[in-house]
Amino acid sequence: MATATEQQQGAGVHLLTGSEVMAHVCRLADVDVITAYPIRPYDTVMQYVSKFIAEGDFDADYIPAESEHGQFEIVKHASACGARVFTGSSGVGWLYAMEPLAVTAGLRLPMVALVGCRALDDPGAFGTEHNDAMLVRDLGWMINFPDTAQEVVELGLLSYRVAEDPRVYLPCAIAMDGAFLTHSQATVRLPGQEEVNAFLPPYDRGDLLLHPDNPITIAPQANEDWLMEVRRQSSEAAKNAYTVLKEAHADFSKTFGVDTDPFLDEYMTEDADVVLCGMGTLSLPVKVAIREMRKEGKKVGMVRLKWFRPFPTEELRASLSRFKAVGVIDRDYSFGSPYHGGIVFNEVKAAMYGADKVPHMKGFVCGLGGREVLLEDVKLMADKVISMGQNDTADNDVDWIGVRD
Amino acid sequence: MAETSEYNIGTQELPLMGKVNAIPEKAVEEYFTSGHRTCQGCESALIMRLMAKAAGPRSIILGSTGCMYVANTTYYSTPWVVPWMHTQLGSSGSAATGTAAALRALMRKGKMKEEPINVIAFCGDGGGIDMGVSSISAALMHAKYNLAIICYDNESYANTDIQISGASPWGANTTFTPPGKKFRIMHDCWKKNIAAMYAVGHTRCNYVATADASYPADLIDKVRKALAVKGPAFVHTLDPCPKGWDYDPFYSHKLGELAVETGLFPLWEMTDGALTYTGISARQVYGKRRRKPVREYLETQGRFHHFVEEDYEYFQSEVDKMWDDWMVPGVIPFKVNDPSKK
Ligand SMILES: Cc1ncc(C[n+]2csc(CCOP(=O)(O)OP(=O)(O)O)c2C)c(N)n1
Ligand code: SF4
Ligand SMILES: [Mg+2]
Repeated sequence: MATATEQQQGAGVHLLTGSEVMAHVCRLADVDVITAYPIRPYDTVMQYVSKFIAEGDFDADYIPAESEHGQFEIVKHASACGARVFTGSSGVGWLYAMEPLAVTAGLRLPMVALVGCRALDDPGAFGTEHNDAMLVRDLGWMINFPDTAQEVVELGLLSYRVAEDPRVYLPCAIAMDGAFLTHSQATVRLPGQEEVNAFLPPYDRGDLLLHPDNPITIAPQANEDWLMEVRRQSSEAAKNAYTVLKEAHADFSKTFGVDTDPFLDEYMTEDADVVLCGMGTLSLPVKVAIREMRKEGKKVGMVRLKWFRPFPTEELRASLSRFKAVGVIDRDYSFGSPYHGGIVFNEVKAAMYGADKVPHMKGFVCGLGGREVLLEDVKLMADKVISMGQNDTADNDVDWIGVRD
Repeated sequence: MAETSEYNIGTQELPLMGKVNAIPEKAVEEYFTSGHRTCQGCESALIMRLMAKAAGPRSIILGSTGCMYVANTTYYSTPWVVPWMHTQLGSSGSAATGTAAALRALMRKGKMKEEPINVIAFCGDGGGIDMGVSSISAALMHAKYNLAIICYDNESYANTDIQISGASPWGANTTFTPPGKKFRIMHDCWKKNIAAMYAVGHTRCNYVATADASYPADLIDKVRKALAVKGPAFVHTLDPCPKGWDYDPFYSHKLGELAVETGLFPLWEMTDGALTYTGISARQVYGKRRRKPVREYLETQGRFHHFVEEDYEYFQSEVDKMWDDWMVPGVIPFKVNDPSKK
């Protein structure tokens, strides 16, 4: 095992995988209770976390659970008692925890979980697909999709800050592309403990704390008398997440001296005619392909969504309205959906409805099961979007790219 | 030894009752009060009351889905005086573990005032004998967490309208196992021997007991011992349920007694691996009292009204086996082969 603790842990630049960075975020956030259960590819994070704990690099109750259901229930209850928690899973493991995933959000309990995105077996497959993480998108979970190990620092710390904000109190999933990010090393600048302490206040459960000094009853039977009001409050919390995230991101930029956009990563968009839009590590082949296409005079750019929940509707409308045509790349599927498009495609279309200027939009499904997205694939998609823009005609077909006929 | 279990804040010292008339003197306060909506004669609700009384004010109680949640804990009329939180049907073990882990981590790290706080998670037989077995089993492994799991066993999935569970007695008429013309006995499994199963399989669990609300002092003492012991503990209670067992609520207490008197539900406790029979069961084991035939117990309940003579006989013979054939009567069914007798 790559020995995380052998590395120098202080602030500075290190060669780290996405999982390792997540373990450092846990250490820097001084997480109190962590639960683990093995499934690839998320589980490497627990190898690093457990080693940190064994070496005394940080102090937490660390519990290898008996199943994902237990894993997520344990941290759910720890969160209700005021503990900062971390856990994670992948693919069918994440689904095995679906019941706790739903109630954690329903009970407005902060929790940060790593999803090492993975195809849902059967048939068996380890590679990345976003359907696992996406299954919680309607439940109140926040979900972000980092594209680099460096971005895990930003999205990891923001996840804790926003999840634990009393205006939000919602769980947050960090959806990392399996292998491409969980297992790939890159140079990462880690922040120092003092900066992190300045940015991330302690978790305070306030008058919702489950403790003998505060003898409340949590989650009594509510039925039709009250459930609708409870759901409405969750909806308000999910709305608040957007504002709180913006606020926290501004604070993050100031504290750590970085300059990123809270919601969108735009690449070569200033003069672009068309853009490709997607999430996660897809950005790497897309950016490289864009650079090559630019040499051929094709004005292509990229708009990457960093957060899928809260969904940055206003920002995305403002951004995409600037282009003639947009191609949305899904590393997921939504069988039987409108035009048989992916989840992101349908969501982006819904967000664009009624905007002053709506670009032509086309959906692509690619990279499923961890299949590599090649430069040719990206160029093919870009060409289709370019011709849609040039002909000024809509093309509702959703194309599968890089698939055998 | 540098085990991660080094830190343990300890447990509360709670006086034992010994006799029922000590309860008003030693545990008069109620922590499960008005507000619940359980059936008249519900012994599971009585378990809740006695359990909360035994635990006292410095406790956190977690409750799995089931009658003791749905009929018991309604928004705006909670009966719980102590902090209480719902947990999922199969996660009483996880709920107790998560709660104990949070308290332990926060106290060790100086983020919460150090104090022993009782952690109890309860579950029904559906939640503790079927669905939650894996989570309870995991919870009973951790010596570092002071917690008690209390399984209130009303012998069916009562809240969802009385369906069989792994704890339902052989032959019982439930909504999933109705007797019919072709098959009189639709439920042909014998009740799972859960307390012994947890005791045998978890050597770091230092306290396991069976109890029954018809013997309230014994029950309170067992809950208190479960809380006083360091590490995890498990208590299994048998609770007559007028709706599910189909009898007049008047007989709840009587049926609780008969379950023990017939030898069907022996009372015992296991402390640090040593087994002690308690109450009437102890007298039965040491030959000072005879077991009553199960017939009266069965005939009092509508769920057995389809029984014919051979069913009563079969039922009795199975109970007899528990006492005559089992290595540890009424508790552990192994037989040890003697190689010299091959
Ligand atoms: C995962 C899950 N499956 C099914 C249910 C439906 N359900 C609610 S209460 C209940 C009965 C539980 O039985 P038991 O644990 O014996 O408690 P009792 O109702 O008998 O008190 C069931 C099956 C549920 N709440 N959760
Ligand atoms: S159905 Fe049984 S367990 Fe449920 S409330 Fe009624 S008596 Fe109690
Ligand atoms: Mg039951």
